[in-house]
Amino acid sequence: MKRLGGLIGWVDDRFPLLSLWNDHLAKYYAPKNFNFWYFFGSLALLVLVIQIVTGIWLTMNYKTSAELAFGSVEYIMRDVDYGWLIRYMHSTGASLFFVVVYLHMFRGLLYGSYRKPRELIWIVGMLIYVALMAEAFLGYLLPWGQMSFWGAQVIISLFGAIPVVGEPLAEWIRGDFVVSDATLNRFVAFHVIALPLALLGLVAAHILALHEVGSNNPDGIEIKRHKGADGVPLDGIPFHPYYTVKDLFGVGVFLIVFFAIVFYAPTMNGWFLEANNFIPADPLTTPEHIVPLWYFTPFYAILRAVPDKLFGVLLMGGAIMVLFLMPWLDRGRVKSIRYRGPIYKTALAIFVISFVALGYLGTQPASGVYVTLARLFSVLYFAFFLLMPWYSAIDSTKPVPDRVTH
Amino acid sequence: MNKRLFVLIAGMVMAIVAPLSWAAGGQGPALAPAPVDVSDRLSLQRGVRLFANYCLSCHAADYMRYNRVARDLGLTDEQVLDNLVFTDAKVGDTMTVAMPMDQAGRWFGKAPPDLSVIARARGADWLYAYLRGFYLDPSRPMGVNNLYFKDVGMPHVLWELQGWQAAKFENVEDEHGHVTRVFKGFELVEPGSMTPKEYDRAVRDLTNYLVYMGEPGQLERAALGPWVLLFLVIFTALAYALKKEFWRDVH
Repeated sequence: MKRLGGLIGWVDDRFPLLSLWNDHLAKYYAPKNFNFWYFFGSLALLVLVIQIVTGIWLTMNYKTSAELAFGSVEYIMRDVDYGWLIRYMHSTGASLFFVVVYLHMFRGLLYGSYRKPRELIWIVGMLIYVALMAEAFLGYLLPWGQMSFWGAQVIISLFGAIPVVGEPLAEWIRGDFVVSDATLNRFVAFHVIALPLALLGLVAAHILALHEVGSNNPDGIEIKRHKGADGVPLDGIPFHPYYTVKDLFGVGVFLIVFFAIVFYAPTMNGWFLEANNFIPADPLTTPEHIVPLWYFTPFYAILRAVPDKLFGVLLMGGAIMVLFLMPWLDRGRVKSIRYRGPIYKTALAIFVISFVALGYLGTQPASGVYVTLARLFSVLYFAFFLLMPWYSAIDSTKPVPDRVTH
Repeated sequence: MNKRLFVLIAGMVMAIVAPLSWAAGGQGPALAPAPVDVSDRLSLQRGVRLFANYCLSCHAADYMRYNRVARDLGLTDEQVLDNLVFTDAKVGDTMTVAMPMDQAGRWFGKAPPDLSVIARARGADWLYAYLRGFYLDPSRPMGVNNLYFKDVGMPHVLWELQGWQAAKFENVEDEHGHVTRVFKGFELVEPGSMTPKEYDRAVRDLTNYLVYMGEPGQLERAALGPWVLLFLVIFTALAYALKKEFWRDVH
């Protein structure tokens, strides 16, 4: 024990070990009233680690080549010891990453976590979300099945909608006239190196910015306003050990769900691994329905709801970009849903229903009543954001308590 | 608050339960569930024999090794070599075919697809229906068509077992005056070496084998799952107790 202390002292004289430990864990004071919704930040970090570790092992056995990619995935599934486990953990992790991140973002909407002084945390978080979508899209090409190929073909061809530079741009991204071996090689480079690096950097920035201003909480009030004589917020508790043990419990529950899927329903009936992706990529046979995985379908539905391709692409991009503006769109006098009036609560409920409905419609053929519904919910989706400066300001509010409630 | 949570959870449950329309071919009548069970070793052993005798001369299974079949199905390498291997393949080889695929493409209109993961692409229900869905159709080059795969290039290779069947269709007019051709059942024209009941069982065994072959690891997966989940339940219970202990002074 004494030896260990000596070693820590030696390191601490040369590296800010103890101050890092204190600033981010032992003396980082988090509000004591975190609820269910506050598990998903640490869970997102856990899934990131799972994806990186399983990804390293998959890379050891995957062949980056249009000729060999599909077969190498089957080789992992059959001949590599526990290859099936690593692969299913990676494919399940991809979908659950989005489940966790969507719930984490929804928490922000519930409690106004994007409001001053946390605008940068929200913006960096949105950058993480965009990087995550890119990472998932790139990774989906790697198994080189029919959906890998045609999904990439459809999404890259969207760049072709841009006037003048569109077609050359799409060709530049593919490195070929169609999705090909060249495309696969560059997608692997971005999926395995570029985007994970970007994600790690952004996650570090997200956490540093959070620990600079302190966490929000379900009451949406600043705990730093009431400090004790020792300078510690009266409603704050050290993140370690209180929230480390609480999050450990959250990790346990999450892993039960995670491994129940891995062991008993790894394809989730086509929602996590599509049946068509077990057919090797065939540039000459277009599948009847080309559908992205569920986490992209809300935006896919918006894209297909617009008859004009360019305008559809712009609207789809806008649906993501508008989220960046949340800190400035919301003019509410209070942050938390607990003290908001009926208008904001109704608007948020309509938004959730629209997002889920668009997600479902994105999986259905773009015809008939599906398109009409997709248009309706697209309008509602955008109305939530674009009318927010008006309706959030006129909404009634309840009095906000001085200290956090339990 | 709780209502919103409910909406969210209901949405997620709906998303998982709702069946995917693009999962399989989508031709022909609705599919009945295939009575497959990959833990039925005898069925898999009968299935792999049918597979080796009737499928493997044209269709390859490039990702499936003979000795993996032996290990998973409780056979010895010698049994597999004697009964399933009709080429000069070694027991550690994958199930390839000697037929040149570019020529096969010319003979059948399309090269016979690799069957390693066909059950994952098509689903057991579709395979079970498809293998029982061949009927006589003189307008086709092979003399047969398939109820679940219109104008299929594949001949009815199991005809010796099933015999030949004809499909009865009826033109039905709906209230808008649209006439549609509706399938009204099969009729056995010439019996094969098996009764219809025996043939259904044979197809069930073959489908069962194809489902196993689509993911040989599924047997191992089902065996490992309970132990991992048991560990996690204990871990989570301990974590909860630890959390309660630490948080006593906060509440």
